[in-house]
Amino acid sequence: MAKRIDVSGLSAFYGSHKAIDDISMTVEPRSVTAFIGPSGCGKSTFLRTLNRMHEVTPGGRVEGKVMLDDENLYGAGVDPVAVRRTVGMVFQRPNPFPTMSIFDNVAAGLRLNGNFKKSELGDIVERSLQGANLWNEVKDRLNKPGSGLSGGQQQRLCIARAIAVEPQVLLMDEPCSALDPISTLAIEDLIGELKERFTIVIVTHNMQQAARVSDRTAFFNLSAVGQPGKLIEIDDTDRIFSNPSVQATEDYISGRFG
Amino acid sequence: MASTTPTQIDTAPPVSTSKRSTGRAGDKIFAGLSKGSGILLLVIMASIAVFLTYRASIALSKNEGNFLTTFDWNASANPPVFGIAVLLFGTVVSSIIAMVIAVPIAVGIALFISHYAPRRLAAPIAYVVDLLAAVPSIIYGIWGALFLVPQLAGLNLWLDEYLGWTYVFDKTQVGVARSLFTVGILLAIMILPIVTSVSREVFLQVPRMNEEAALALGATRWEVIRMSVLPFGRSGVISASMLGLGRALGETMAVATVLSPSFLISGHILDPGGGTFAQNIAAKFDEANEFGRDALIASGLVLFLLTLLVNGAARLIIARRKDFSGANA
Repeated sequence: MAKRIDVSGLSAFYGSHKAIDDISMTVEPRSVTAFIGPSGCGKSTFLRTLNRMHEVTPGGRVEGKVMLDDENLYGAGVDPVAVRRTVGMVFQRPNPFPTMSIFDNVAAGLRLNGNFKKSELGDIVERSLQGANLWNEVKDRLNKPGSGLSGGQQQRLCIARAIAVEPQVLLMDEPCSALDPISTLAIEDLIGELKERFTIVIVTHNMQQAARVSDRTAFFNLSAVGQPGKLIEIDDTDRIFSNPSVQATEDYISGRFG
Repeated sequence: MASTTPTQIDTAPPVSTSKRSTGRAGDKIFAGLSKGSGILLLVIMASIAVFLTYRASIALSKNEGNFLTTFDWNASANPPVFGIAVLLFGTVVSSIIAMVIAVPIAVGIALFISHYAPRRLAAPIAYVVDLLAAVPSIIYGIWGALFLVPQLAGLNLWLDEYLGWTYVFDKTQVGVARSLFTVGILLAIMILPIVTSVSREVFLQVPRMNEEAALALGATRWEVIRMSVLPFGRSGVISASMLGLGRALGETMAVATVLSPSFLISGHILDPGGGTFAQNIAAKFDEANEFGRDALIASGLVLFLLTLLVNGAARLIIARRKDFSGANA
C-alpha cells in the first residue's frame, strides 16, 4: 500500500510571498521521515503541499513536482480531492468532527469513498480503531460524540479516521504538540506500528521525538525572517543527530539557535 | 445576608474595609448600569404581559362567541362576538409558506457568501442582502400589492392547472392574487435578510480545522459543507429561522396592504381571503371603540403566546442535540 514520494524543485507561495524555495527530496515507503527546523521555516507548508492542502489557503500556490511512485500530484488533470484520498493527514490540534459520534468519525472518509455495507463498515471501523490503539477505550461508547474524548484519545481517533481509508501516505503535522507526555508516548508507539503499512511523514518541534520515531530526518531552515524556507539536508536520523554534514544542522540540534 | 453579617464583623480585619472603599467608581457605575438594563428588560416584558392580559380579560369576559372557534369578528356588536380561528389559521399558514420558501434560499445564499463566492463578490452580495432588511415594510406592502400581485397571476394559474389536484393549490375563485400564498411569498422576501445574515455569520464561524479535517479526507466542497459546515451551523440556522418566523408572524403593514381579508378559513391558499393577527389589528384598531380595542388586544395576546411557544420549541430542538453541537468542541 505504501508509496514512495519524490519531490523535485518544489516552491510554495502565499500570494506573492515565497514560503519555501526549491525543495527536492525522496521519502522512502514504509518508513518514518521527520521534518525539523525553527518556526517559520516552512516545514508545515511543505507537508501540506504533499497532499495539496496548501492550495486551500487563500492565495496558496505551488510550483514544482511531487511524484507519488510514478504519478505527479500536480500534473494536469489531477484532482486534488483524489490526491487527498490517497495521502491522509493528521493535524496539530485533534480535530474530530464535533457533530459526529466516534463511529461516524472513523466512518466519515469511507462514506465519502463509496457505498459500504453496514457490517463491512463496522469491521473497518473496528480495525481502524484497533490500528490506532483506541478500540479498547471506546468500544462501549461508539455512538457518543468524539469531542467527549480526552485530547490524546481525540488525536488517536483522528489517526483512526485517516487510516480507515487505507491511504498510501500518512502526513502528521506536529501531532503531539497539544498532548501530554503519556498521550505523546501512545502516539509515538502507534507511529512505530503504522510504518509497517504506511509511508509516514511527521513534522515535529520536539527533536527527541524526531530521534525516537523517525528513520530519516530532514532539517529545514530560513536565512532570515521573511525569507523563504529551505531544505538544508536530509539523512538517516542517526546520522543527523550524531554527525550531520552541515554546520547549521549541528548548531540547531545542539541548541545553539532556534 | 443578615446571618452572615456577624461573622463578617468578627473576622474581617480593618484592611478589608479600606480595600472595599477603594473600589473604582467606574466599576460600580458599569455594574449598576448593566444590572439596571437587565432589570429594565424584565420590567418592560412584565408590563407588556400584564397590560395584554388585563385588557384581554375584560374583552374575553364579555365575549358571547367562542374565542377560539368563532369565524367572526364583531366586537362592537351587542352582544360582542369574536374569535381568532381565522386569524390563527392565516397567520400560521402564511408564516409556514414564508419559511418553506425563505429558509432554503437563505441557507443557500449564506453558503454562497461564506464558502463559494470569491471574496470581492461576497462582500457586495452580503451588503445587498442586508439592504433588503432596510426597506420599510409599508414599501414591501405597496410593491407587493402593485407589482407582485399582478405578476403572480400566471404562477397561480400554472399551480392551479398542474398542482390543483393537491387541494391546497386548487384555485376555486377567480380574481387577483390577494391570497395567503402571495402574502407568504412577500413575507419570505422580507425575512430573507435576517435568516441569511445570521446563517452566514454562523457558517463563517465554523472552525477552520473542522473544515480541513473533511478536506484532508478527500471531501469535495459540497462534502465539506455537508460534513462540517451544516452540522456545525445547524443550531444557528434554527435560531436564524426563528428570528425570521418571529418577524413573519408579527408582520403587519405588508400583509394588510396585500391581503384581501375575509373571515373564512380555506385550505385553498391561492384564493383571496383569510387574515392574520397583526393585519386584523391594524385594519380594525382605528375604528374600534374601547371594548373593540380590548378584543383586538386579546388577539394580540394570542400572537404573543404563539411567538413565545415557537421560540421555546426552537430552544428545545437546539438543546436536544447539545452534545453534538460543536460549540463545546
